[in-house]
Amino acid sequence: MSWVNAIIQGILVGGLYALFACGLSLMFGVMKVVNLAHGDLAVVAGYIAIGVITVTHIPVLWSFLIVVPVMAVLGYVLQRTILQGALDRSVLATLLVTFGLSVVIENGLLQFFTANTRGIGSGLALVSGSFSIGSIQIGYLPLVIFATAVVVLLGLQYFLSTSRYGRLIRAVADDKEAAQLAGADYRHVFGIAAAVAFGTVALGGIAYGMYAQLAPTTGTDTILLFAFAAVVIGGLGSLWGTLLGGVVLGVAQQIGAQISISDETLAGFIVFLAVLALRPQGLISRGAQS
Amino acid sequence: MSLATETTARPVEQFRVTRSRRNVIWTGAGALIVVVVFALFPYIVHSGTTAILVQAFIVLTMASMWNLLAGYAGLVSVGQQAFVGLGAYFVLILAINGTSPFAALPVAAIGSGVAALPLWWLVSRLRSGYFAIATWVLAATVMLIIEKFSSIGGGTGMPLPGFAGFDPTLLTAYTYWAGLAVTVVAMLAIYLLLRGRLGLVLTAIRDDEVAARSSGARVGLARMLVFVVAGAGCGAAGGLLAISQLQVQPGAVFSIQFTAEMAFVTIIGGLGTIEGPILGTIVYMVLQQTLASYNAWYLIILGLVAIFMALFARRGLWGLVDARLNLRLFPVGYWLRLDK
Repeated sequence: MSWVNAIIQGILVGGLYALFACGLSLMFGVMKVVNLAHGDLAVVAGYIAIGVITVTHIPVLWSFLIVVPVMAVLGYVLQRTILQGALDRSVLATLLVTFGLSVVIENGLLQFFTANTRGIGSGLALVSGSFSIGSIQIGYLPLVIFATAVVVLLGLQYFLSTSRYGRLIRAVADDKEAAQLAGADYRHVFGIAAAVAFGTVALGGIAYGMYAQLAPTTGTDTILLFAFAAVVIGGLGSLWGTLLGGVVLGVAQQIGAQISISDETLAGFIVFLAVLALRPQGLISRGAQS
Repeated sequence: MSLATETTARPVEQFRVTRSRRNVIWTGAGALIVVVVFALFPYIVHSGTTAILVQAFIVLTMASMWNLLAGYAGLVSVGQQAFVGLGAYFVLILAINGTSPFAALPVAAIGSGVAALPLWWLVSRLRSGYFAIATWVLAATVMLIIEKFSSIGGGTGMPLPGFAGFDPTLLTAYTYWAGLAVTVVAMLAIYLLLRGRLGLVLTAIRDDEVAARSSGARVGLARMLVFVVAGAGCGAAGGLLAISQLQVQPGAVFSIQFTAEMAFVTIIGGLGTIEGPILGTIVYMVLQQTLASYNAWYLIILGLVAIFMALFARRGLWGLVDARLNLRLFPVGYWLRLDK
């Protein structure tokens, strides 16, 4: 029964990884930017949430109403300034700049907030509570996070396929020069796409802060690497692939943890490497490999 | 027809193609003198100074390797700490089995280079940004696997054995000479590689990958070779790190901080020039020594400067020097000289 339990817990935590991954995938899909600071920005969002909750005493769950817009604005501004500046130069420059950002943010957090881990809303019934079906315990929080991920992905799909900005984003992602000729300011559209991606990053950061603990190094050694593994396992450029990839990664980790508690992360990475070796286009293939 | 007449009609220009404007013997002799002076340092300066210089050698070797990857082959790896760590563990494993850690250094380099082959097979499936994160995941995976072996210290690491008979002063001097040797060999290897056929292929890829491919340049092979050489170089640097710190700890030798240092040093000094990492290392060591008491600040400042450089001075500090003086210490390109 513990195996069934591991698989169910893995599926649920896969929702969290999909939340990490969809922003990374969106920014690559639209701007061809691989944001190496992705995870660190999620940690920043988590820290902002902790600050907001401490100062305003709003309920923990509603903190996203403040953090998501703040991160979205930050995303727009970063994209219009530093990231666009790097994009105008070369792909190499975007990698150097986002890697620089990642290191600066991580060490900045370390400097100002120490290496201590911080949780969000620990002690809440939602965070620690669970219900059981038979012998399987299901936490409320992983369930809520999984549901959030599904809602976010549905929202993204709806936004991209029907809204005005969604159509602009798809047009610009296909051919930014042609879109520019047709009257779309691609720089502004890139900014909007970054804002949306950073919004999902904010949700991921808050969710992780509630699910586990945030520390300055969480951004790279957990969030970025898991997000990336989920993107590759699911298939590059596929939105729902991030959920599938997240679920596969989560299940692999939970099964690894069943074998030996210290093998949780390693098991996830080994499945990632196996997918890379055997099916580099990912489980859901769009045929677009880049 | 008209073309032929035009060519013959023009005055015949005399030209020669050379590697450098000055005689290469002079730069070679200069380099040799610098190396000899550095080799004499343990007799002249305090052991504290040589310890700092060992650190500089490690940084310079790693940065030169990263420069070879990113500056010449267009491969941004943020997982080079995998090879730093592997190099350190090769030295540790050999030292446990009775080999002198110094004799283990070449083995660490070769071993890390060999280890780079299967890792290349995995990560070469992804391009550019995704390649970058894939190398990072690989580095994390290699560390997690090594942590599983308790005979080499498991997750906590262990002190490096094999130094029992050494006099402390002599040990510092040996470490220094080992560091100098690793750096000189690494720089020489890079210089010769870039002067040769590989350098030409890499330049062709940098200018236009599609054109290079269609002209028969074996792009994949060239990149693999660079990845292997960079793996070997970072492995040697990692072995040196183990010797200079007298202990090997997985979290420390597989730290992303090494890749951050390599990248920042290269970007600040000048990406895509052999001289750049040397200049960058000097800047790095000055910053690190002045800000040593401020913990993470030197990395934050280095990172900010690197971001600024990547955006506004793409060719780094050496690019600024080069623009004024038109100077090459390591000529790997060609000069076209017209004789009047």
